[in-house]
Amino acid sequence: MTAHGHAAKPAIDLSKLRFILATDCGSTTTKAILIEKVGNSWRQTQRAEAPTTVEEPFADVTIGVSNALTEIGELAGRRFIADDGTIIRRTNADDAQGCDIYISTSSAGGGLQMVVAGVVAQMTAASAKRAALGAGAIVMDTIASNDKRKPFERIQRIRELRPDMVLISGGTDGGNVQQVVQIAEQIAPAKPRPRFGGEYELPVIFAGNKEAAPQVRAIFGAKGEKGFDLSVVDNIRPTLEEENLGPARDRIHDVFLEHVMAHAPGYDRLIAWSDAPIMPTPGAVGDILQRIAERDRLNAVCVDIGGATTDVFSVFGGTFNRTVSANLGMSYSISNVCAEAGMDNVLRWVHVAMDERELRNRVKNKMIRPTTIPQSAEALVFEQAVAREALRLAYIQHKEFATTLKGVQQQRTVGDLFSQSTGGGSIVDDMQLDLLVASGGVLSHAPKMEQTAAMLVDSFEPQGFTQLAKDSIFMMPHLGVLASVHADAAMEVFERDCLVRLGWSVAAKGTGKWGKRCFSYQVSGAVQASGTLACGDVALVRVAPEQEVEVVVEPASGFDLGAGSGKRIARRVKGGTVGILFDARGRPLTLPESAADRRAAVARWAQAWGVLSS
Amino acid sequence: MAKAYTPGLKVSARTTYRARRQLPVTGDVLVTVGARVRARDTVARTSIDGDVTPVPLASLLSVPASDVPALLLVKQGDAVQQGTIIARTKGIFGFGKKELASPAAGTVESVSATTGQMMLRGAPIPVEVKAYIDGTVIEVMHGEGAVIETDAVFIQGILGVGGETVGPLRIATPNAQTSLEARHIQADMRGTVVVGGARITAEAVRAARDAGVAAIVSGGIDDADLRDVLGYDLGVAITGAEKIGITIIITEGFGDIAMASRTFALFQSFEGREASVHGATQIRAGVMRPEIVISRHADDARPIQSARPEEGALDLGTQVRLIRDPYFGLLGTVAALPTEPAVLGSGSKARVLEVQLDDGSRVVVPRANIELIEM
Repeated sequence: MTAHGHAAKPAIDLSKLRFILATDCGSTTTKAILIEKVGNSWRQTQRAEAPTTVEEPFADVTIGVSNALTEIGELAGRRFIADDGTIIRRTNADDAQGCDIYISTSSAGGGLQMVVAGVVAQMTAASAKRAALGAGAIVMDTIASNDKRKPFERIQRIRELRPDMVLISGGTDGGNVQQVVQIAEQIAPAKPRPRFGGEYELPVIFAGNKEAAPQVRAIFGAKGEKGFDLSVVDNIRPTLEEENLGPARDRIHDVFLEHVMAHAPGYDRLIAWSDAPIMPTPGAVGDILQRIAERDRLNAVCVDIGGATTDVFSVFGGTFNRTVSANLGMSYSISNVCAEAGMDNVLRWVHVAMDERELRNRVKNKMIRPTTIPQSAEALVFEQAVAREALRLAYIQHKEFATTLKGVQQQRTVGDLFSQSTGGGSIVDDMQLDLLVASGGVLSHAPKMEQTAAMLVDSFEPQGFTQLAKDSIFMMPHLGVLASVHADAAMEVFERDCLVRLGWSVAAKGTGKWGKRCFSYQVSGAVQASGTLACGDVALVRVAPEQEVEVVVEPASGFDLGAGSGKRIARRVKGGTVGILFDARGRPLTLPESAADRRAAVARWAQAWGVLSS
Repeated sequence: MAKAYTPGLKVSARTTYRARRQLPVTGDVLVTVGARVRARDTVARTSIDGDVTPVPLASLLSVPASDVPALLLVKQGDAVQQGTIIARTKGIFGFGKKELASPAAGTVESVSATTGQMMLRGAPIPVEVKAYIDGTVIEVMHGEGAVIETDAVFIQGILGVGGETVGPLRIATPNAQTSLEARHIQADMRGTVVVGGARITAEAVRAARDAGVAAIVSGGIDDADLRDVLGYDLGVAITGAEKIGITIIITEGFGDIAMASRTFALFQSFEGREASVHGATQIRAGVMRPEIVISRHADDARPIQSARPEEGALDLGTQVRLIRDPYFGLLGTVAALPTEPAVLGSGSKARVLEVQLDDGSRVVVPRANIELIEM
């Protein structure tokens, strides 16, 4: 055992695995799944959940884990939890009880909360933020020399926050030393108090100019000297042209496990139980998405909308990004969504007249009683309207964040002399998006799959051909951590049991006068259909998940579905539980100005896509 | 019989209330176990590190950072006043010397030869913790604070804004169904905790603030009025630090909604008594609700003890409040607890229950949309 309670884990013989238990310890619920080898395939066979037990009176996360695994054992007819509450391991191939490996992710206790710092907000501080978010952290604040705050305001802010760790970047290797040392000097006297009590030495990771490391070491002192535990890793931005997030991300994971988790109630036991390092939940989701994108050479976006926050993950051209929109969510943060988006923007998605004063009170009542669910059809329409705006705003924030490196000089040609930029453009390209995955209550638990698909299309506005899917029971975190042990099993379960393919969005980029021809389509193969859509129209062609069809689209001039303006495009696609949603509303999506016209249009679209509850 | 569990707000005529009063950093505890304290008494005191003022000496003196240590007139640990000359350049042949006055009072904490920056630590900031309730000290946490216990009336609200305060209870409306309006606020309500019936209007809040009222408690408030009072839209329900000159607590929710009549009656029976009020609300994991605590006296009438339901248990006959439209705010009793999930009007499937409303009608609602009224 090490000081932090890690048991030395024996190497896992993948060929002998049959029963894999995985949990995700969330803030409120611990979700467990059982993955079994059925014949030659890996399948997710059972799921169960139990309240998370990090808070008093239990204050031991393993109680909730034991409860969830006991339930899963009852469902599977196999005992996984011993009388003393520990996990039973299979001792031989014929053993009638126990599992082969147990793995877990965690976001309990509010997840991993970090403060990041850099010299320039748009450059090194942005890189530090990307590293922290990519590792699955919540970034409480970003400190930078040019963040328009006075030094004492920065110090005051750091004092108020109680981060689990601090990541400091700044300066390219061999570049400016003074400014990054100045940032360190402001963090040290602020003495940020960690959440887990007095004996906890605040971990500080330095990933800046390597020449500043000796001074930074002097400022934070040795371990046990000034209340900090400093580690120095390779520079996050060794040159302006290069971003090197790996070492900082890895160190964040290590520190999360060794310090943060080890101080949370019961985590020493959970770490000892687990056969792979416990990952922060969003970090695991990001990992599985990256693996899928890499394997299938896809550009993919995954969104997880919760009660308090919305996470957006993307992989474009192999580059991974993650953002957390801290106050965009469907219960705790619902009021904030309405405040940020504006009630007019929420109500544009509602096809019936509603009293705004009444709605505002309803929103606040949902905020203060976040566990309630919509009872009437009207309440559901409104809730899904709020969701569209939360998703739209979260995606905008993601696009603004997922950029090429700022500060990088571009190679110029005479042709782009007048459009010279110094980088920083979004790498998220809606026309290049291949797969859009939804998860989170309002998307996963919508009474109709059509509603989920419509919410995705309305808020993300995909262009061209984009496959729509949802995470059936939110098992991407489990599969992300499983991939670190057994990538093949994780991929197999992802394909077979995790993703529910909803179908395709086929949408034209461009704008035109409503009523004018936008594109015509022809579907052939397992399903035959054809039609012509005018601008402002939508249509749905049902193609079942197992059916394959060829889709040919001929856009009018000025509209693009992936082959260029006015150019015909043909794709072979497999169907989904909803089918193919043809969308001629144009991009960017605009709605009629007058309330009556808008309501009529929204009602027409809902009807055409089968969104309305029958 | 099948039981379901659902959270509820506590409204209790008699409970043992404990207040854990803790300093943010270690300091002196001024009370001992067994001592009787009043709500306004100080129980612990300390001071926290003063604010830090960074002084960029190198740039202010226009010298390289490495030259700064040689130009200092003060050293680490020295106390300086605002205006004290802390550094002086040598000038050229003694001419053109440049002096730098300290921008703030404090102690020199560090000077960096790398950045040429001085850190000045301001005077310690005193911090005091009051007892908050009338009661008895039952535990002293050495250097940290104390736990005070009292036999109390304890009422949780659903949402509050503003911090801790103490004052005598004043009932401002004739019944629970009457909105709390500006006309109900009297000049002699200064320092009191004013209780209204239904919705608080923005005008009533303004009148109360002008009259120096310590806190107001009522059934509901309109979102638009709360926005008016705060000056911004409350995005997330994490409150308690608002500086609006008054603490506001609503007991039921947003909109035109009457306080539960038993809650109102409880306030009425303790009119004139000192109430401790805290508006802090945090609706995230580890929910924190606003509260009103009234310490009971030995001669207070004992509340009638009805058979206490198991905490959180939902049974036939249990008193519940419906907390979601289309029945928001209505009260009733559980009439049936079907085990099978039902399809709602929204098309979702959920576990439901049947509630007999106070007017005799029966409605079916999702179990997630009710809350127990704990007495």
